[in-house]
Amino acid sequence: MSDTTPELSPVLSAVLEGLGDKVLGWHSQFGDDTVLVDGAARRDVATWLKDGDLAFDMLMDTTVVDYIEEEPRFEVVDHFFSTKHHHRIRVKSRVPEDKPNSPSLTPLYGSANWMEREAFDMYGVVFDDHPDMRRILLYPEFQGYPLRKDYDKLHEQPLFPARYSGVRETDEVMNPRVGVELPIHGTEVPR
Amino acid sequence: MSVNRQDRTSTPVKTLAKPKTAYNFGGELVELPGDIRMHRIYPEGEDADLSSRTVVNIGPSHPAMHGTIRMVVELDGETIVGVDVIPGYLHRGFEKECEAHTYHQAIPYTDRLNYCSPLINNFAWAGAVEKMFGVEVPERTKLIRTYLSEVSRITDHLTSMGAGLMELGALTAFLYLIEVRDWMWEHICHVSGARLTQSYGRVGGLARDVPNDWLDRMNEIFETSLIPKLRDVHNLVDHNRIFIDRMRGVGVVSQEDLISYGVTGPCLRAAGVGLDCRTYAPYDAYDQVTFDVPIGKYGDNYDRYFVRMREMEESMKICRQLDPLLRKSVGEPINVDDARLTLPPKKEVYSNIEALMNHFKLIMEGPRPPKGEVYHAVEGANGELGFYLVSDGTGLPYKARCRPPSFVNMGAIHLMLLGSQIADIVPIFGQINMIGGECDR
Repeated sequence: MSDTTPELSPVLSAVLEGLGDKVLGWHSQFGDDTVLVDGAARRDVATWLKDGDLAFDMLMDTTVVDYIEEEPRFEVVDHFFSTKHHHRIRVKSRVPEDKPNSPSLTPLYGSANWMEREAFDMYGVVFDDHPDMRRILLYPEFQGYPLRKDYDKLHEQPLFPARYSGVRETDEVMNPRVGVELPIHGTEVPR
Repeated sequence: MSVNRQDRTSTPVKTLAKPKTAYNFGGELVELPGDIRMHRIYPEGEDADLSSRTVVNIGPSHPAMHGTIRMVVELDGETIVGVDVIPGYLHRGFEKECEAHTYHQAIPYTDRLNYCSPLINNFAWAGAVEKMFGVEVPERTKLIRTYLSEVSRITDHLTSMGAGLMELGALTAFLYLIEVRDWMWEHICHVSGARLTQSYGRVGGLARDVPNDWLDRMNEIFETSLIPKLRDVHNLVDHNRIFIDRMRGVGVVSQEDLISYGVTGPCLRAAGVGLDCRTYAPYDAYDQVTFDVPIGKYGDNYDRYFVRMREMEESMKICRQLDPLLRKSVGEPINVDDARLTLPPKKEVYSNIEALMNHFKLIMEGPRPPKGEVYHAVEGANGELGFYLVSDGTGLPYKARCRPPSFVNMGAIHLMLLGSQIADIVPIFGQINMIGGECDR
């Protein structure tokens, strides 16, 4: 998290000046301006970026990176874009494993709705104040968070009862393998 | 209808439709059995009689949902008053697979994101990795990438327009457009070796050079197939009463909502925002060509149709400008001369040990970019396609994230659906052009 280029881009210098001591680190590696902020300050920073002169009115992308050996473990990565000035900034904030909660950006950006749901789906990072925090690409019965580094790629999911809007008593009869634990590749099957 | 490229910085972001609130979440969120959470509106006021409402499940195996999306809609008569959009039926774990493969091996996976324009995905991935290495591809590669990206954009728009029109009953238009698309795919097959999953891009260059007379046939397709067929489709549907009734004023979303929901590409441009990655941040050879960015006026389905039809003409314009440049640069190298990325020539591999070692390392371990993170965005056929890569210095990406335009655009579809008729689901879904492979990855 140190400087890689001697001169700052105008956007990064404006952000560093505006955010002051909220910025824990920054770089503009490969030409992408990046700031690291505190995990709890994510929404405040986004509010400042959106409402300030820099006019970052579009949340392009939200994702999480799992640094399994580091503490705090999860890094929430947001890419902001300004449709007015056509500039970008990447904002990163870390959340710990035992309390993976990050303030949601849904009050500010509509696109945060689905992208934070996907981040929750894949990494288990819970976005506080998100109105609809449920899985999006995977099904509700899915166990675990597949893009975490400790989730084996060959891990298989157990079967689950057929899902209806109501409860059917014949579920067990119709699907006798429900509840049977499947062998997990990678532990029992040698690779 | 269009904004000149030179004036792009002064294009005003105007309010055409009045936003309901500063941030519009699309009605009230209500929970239904079966893990359904629905955005619900009350057109007749909060105390409306809910007993007349019906919940209908559409998809995922419904032909209009392209087999990959499920929608649970609440109807009042035929008006949609509640909707829950459920994607994920084509999820294949793209990001997890990329993390287990080298930067070269991930290229075929990118084909399967937006399978209507695979080359754009190939080049976007390659561009992201090249940005990490800090290399610049040769001039001829830039020209070929730009040319083939535009051809891919045309094939994608032909698919979406053809399928969208067919769903409205215009089967003739579908056959016209899909015929042209097939000519173009077949011709791309002659350069890449595959019709659908083309895997033609490479990190640091291209799989192979474009044959000399390949451009002649592509020009022939433009002149004898694409231009007449586009004209025919315009003649068939543009002034058709049924078409206009089903498209004009359907699926309108304000510019503020579209920007808030991160919608990019033709869907955003149809609402009058001239935002295009190719103009404000030109990559590859887009700085060497001039073209217009077509924008719409009302942001409805008709404008989305028209923006895509006009974009095909602009793509042809770009291809025509690149044609003489490509012919001039025949024989120039197409791969960067960098041992970290490019395989050495076969003759060298068989004759000296350094080249053999280089080849072995590149195949077995893959290219090893420096530690760091990069985001590279290109203008895909549906909007901004971005790749966010994190490298830990090994040959495998530590994190490979695709910013999918289809997924983000689909996040705003409930705004278009609420208040529309149930029959409007088909044109709205067709014109947003969700590609399952890209939406669900």
